Amino acid sequence: MKAICWYGKQDVRVEQVPDPEILNPRDAIVRVTSTAICGSDLHLYDGFVPAMERGDILGHEFMGEVVEVGDGVKDLKPGDRVVVPFPISCGNCFFCKQGLSALCENSNPNAYLAEKMWGHSPAGIFGYSHLLGGYAGGQAEYVRVPFADVGPIKIENGFTDEQVLFLSDIFPTGYMAAENCDIKPGDSVAVWGCGPVGQFTIRSAKLLGAEQVFAIDSVPERLRMAEEGGAETINFETVGNVVGLLRDLTGGRGPDACIEAVGMEADGHGVQYAYDRTKQALMLETDRPIALREAILSVRNGGTLSVPGVYGGFIDKVPFGSLMNRGITVRTGQTHVHRYLKPLLERIEKGEIDPTFVVTHKMKLEDAPKAYETFLHKGDGCIKVVLKT
Amino acid sequence: MIARSANGFVANRTEDCVARGLGWFSVALGLTQLLAPRSLGRVIGLENHAGVMRLLGLRELATGAGLLTQPQPQFWLKARVAGDVMDLVLLSSALASSQTGRARLALATAGVAAVTRVDYQACRCFSDRPEADISAVRVTRSITIDRPVEVLFAFWRNFENLPRIMNHVESVRVLDNQRSHWQTRGPAGRSIEWNAEIINEHPNELIAWRSTADSEVQHAGSVRFSTAPGSRGTIVKVALEYHPPAGAFGVAVAKLFGESPDKQIAVDLRRFKQLMETGETARTEGQPAGRRRSLSFKYDRMVRT
Repeated sequence: MKAICWYGKQDVRVEQVPDPEILNPRDAIVRVTSTAICGSDLHLYDGFVPAMERGDILGHEFMGEVVEVGDGVKDLKPGDRVVVPFPISCGNCFFCKQGLSALCENSNPNAYLAEKMWGHSPAGIFGYSHLLGGYAGGQAEYVRVPFADVGPIKIENGFTDEQVLFLSDIFPTGYMAAENCDIKPGDSVAVWGCGPVGQFTIRSAKLLGAEQVFAIDSVPERLRMAEEGGAETINFETVGNVVGLLRDLTGGRGPDACIEAVGMEADGHGVQYAYDRTKQALMLETDRPIALREAILSVRNGGTLSVPGVYGGFIDKVPFGSLMNRGITVRTGQTHVHRYLKPLLERIEKGEIDPTFVVTHKMKLEDAPKAYETFLHKGDGCIKVVLKT
Repeated sequence: MIARSANGFVANRTEDCVARGLGWFSVALGLTQLLAPRSLGRVIGLENHAGVMRLLGLRELATGAGLLTQPQPQFWLKARVAGDVMDLVLLSSALASSQTGRARLALATAGVAAVTRVDYQACRCFSDRPEADISAVRVTRSITIDRPVEVLFAFWRNFENLPRIMNHVESVRVLDNQRSHWQTRGPAGRSIEWNAEIINEHPNELIAWRSTADSEVQHAGSVRFSTAPGSRGTIVKVALEYHPPAGAFGVAVAKLFGESPDKQIAVDLRRFKQLMETGETARTEGQPAGRRRSLSFKYDRMVRT
C-alpha cells in the first residue's frame, strides 16, 4: 500500500510499504478514505518532536471503512464506516474507566521511554513518535487500529467524510480546550492561535456560552475565519502589546480564560522571539513558549489557562510567579477524544456546527509532501488539508 | 555464601560504615589542604609547601568523593592506601632534610601511619567479600493492576505463564511444586538457564524464590500482592537480586545491548498489567514502516526488552 513516511526534517515521502495485518485479537484494519494533516504533524515535520525514526508512517486524523477485525472485536464488522480517535485507549485501565482515554496505561508499548522523559507515560498515539508508542499512522491506504472495540465510532447516517473526519482530533481538541475553562454566562475567553484547533476552540467556546471570544493570530485568512466563527480578532503583529489590549478590552480585568492553541513553535516578534528561536536552535530549550507566556500574563486573577497546544519537552522563562500569585488554574492534556465522540456527533447531527468550514484544501494522498509544505508555509490560504485516498 | 536479610537482600555491614567514614575524613582533610595549606603546614611542621599541599588536597577530595558516591569502595580504599604511602614517603624525606619542626613532623608521620593501618584493614575486609556479592544487581518495581489479587497470584504462581509477559524468558518448565527450570536469553543472544526453588509462599500475598546452588546465575526474587486502597485493584511489587554470570562486566554488556535489569522488570510488569487488564499485550512488531525493519532499533527494541 501507499503510505506517507517521515524521513527527517521537512522530508516526508510517499512510500510503498506492506499492508498492515491484525496483530492482536482486539485489532481492526481500516481502509482509509480520508485523512488530514494536523497542525501537530507540523511539529514532526519540522523535527521538533523527539524519538522519530526514518520510515515512520505519519497521521493521526483519519477515517474509513473496516475491512478486517480480530477475534476480540464483536461490535464492528467489515464494511462499517468509522472515525478513529487519535489516542489509543484500552477501555479497561484506571484512566480509561474515568474517561481519560489519552492517559491509557496499557496502549504505549514504549512506556518505559516516555517515563524516562516525562516521569510517567501517557497513551499511545497513531503516527506520533516512538515516545507515544511508535504506532504506524493513518496517512496511508490502510491502518491497523488496536483496541478497535473501544475507539472507533460508527458513522451510519450519510454524512460526508469532511463533516465527521475531525471528530478524530481537532473538533474534540478544541472542544475540550473550551470545556476546560468552565465557561459561565458573561465569560470572556481569549484564544491564541487561529489554526484548525483554534478555530474549533473559538466555536466551542461560543457553543458553551462564552459572551466574548478574542482570537489572536497574524494570518489574515485565519483571523477572517475566526471572525466568521464569532470572535473579535487581534492581529498581534499590528497590535504589539496583546496583554495590554486584552486588559483594556475586558474592563481592566483580563479574560476569564485564556486558551493557548499554538504550542511549541510559536511565532512572535522582537527580542523575546529572537531569544527563544536562538535557544531552540541551540537545543537549550525544546519548545518556544511565546504565546504561553502572553496567555499567562493576560488571564484575569483566579482565571483559567487552558493549553491544547502541543509541547514536547522543556520551556524557559515561564512567569510562574504570575501563575502562583494570581491563583491561575492550568488545564491541559492530549484530548480524551473517546468521551467526546458521541456528544459532538450529536451536535453535528443537530446542525449546531458544520466542521467542513475549516477545510481549505482537498488533495490526493500521494500529494502529501506538497500538502505538508503548503500547510507549513500557510501558502495559498491553507488552513486545513484533507487527503483523499 | 551470601548473607541475606529477611527480604532477601544483602545487609549493610560494618565495613560499609567504615568506608563512608573514611570518605568523609578524606573530604574534610582535602578541603583543609586546599583552603588552608599554610596553616596546616605549620601544624604538621611542613611549611613553604603550599603548592604540594593543595595538590594533595585535590587527591583527598577525589578519593573522598569516590568513597561516598560509588557503590564499590574497593578501588577507592586502595587509592587511599596508595595515598597514605605517598604521604609517608613525603613526610620521611622532609624529616630527613628538615632542621626545624622535627617533633611536629614526627607526630604527623605517626598520625598518617595510624590512618594507613585503618585504610589497609578496610581494604582487606572488602577484598574478603565474594566477587558475586560485589557485583550483585538489585532492583525493585511496583505497578497497580485493576484485577483481583487472586487472579494475579494464580497467573504468576504458574511460572509456565511467565514467558508471556517476560520477553527475555524463553521458557519455564515446572519440575515439582517447589522447583522450576528457567531458560532465558541473556546479553548478546547468549542463552542462560537455571533452576529456581520457592523459598517462601503465602497464597495471594507473596512468592519468594531463589536459584538453586548448581545454577549458572545466582538469583533471588520475590513478588508481593496487596490490595490497593479505594478498590483500585492490586499492587504488585517485584524485588530481584541477581549476580550476572560475568560480574559487573556482564551488567555493562547487558546495558550496552539495552538489557538492563531495571528496565526489564519495569517492562515485564507493564506487560503483566496489559495482559491482565486488556487480555493482550500492546505491540507494534509486524506493522508496516517505510524502512527495512518494522521496529525502530533505538526506540522500540531497546526500550521493550
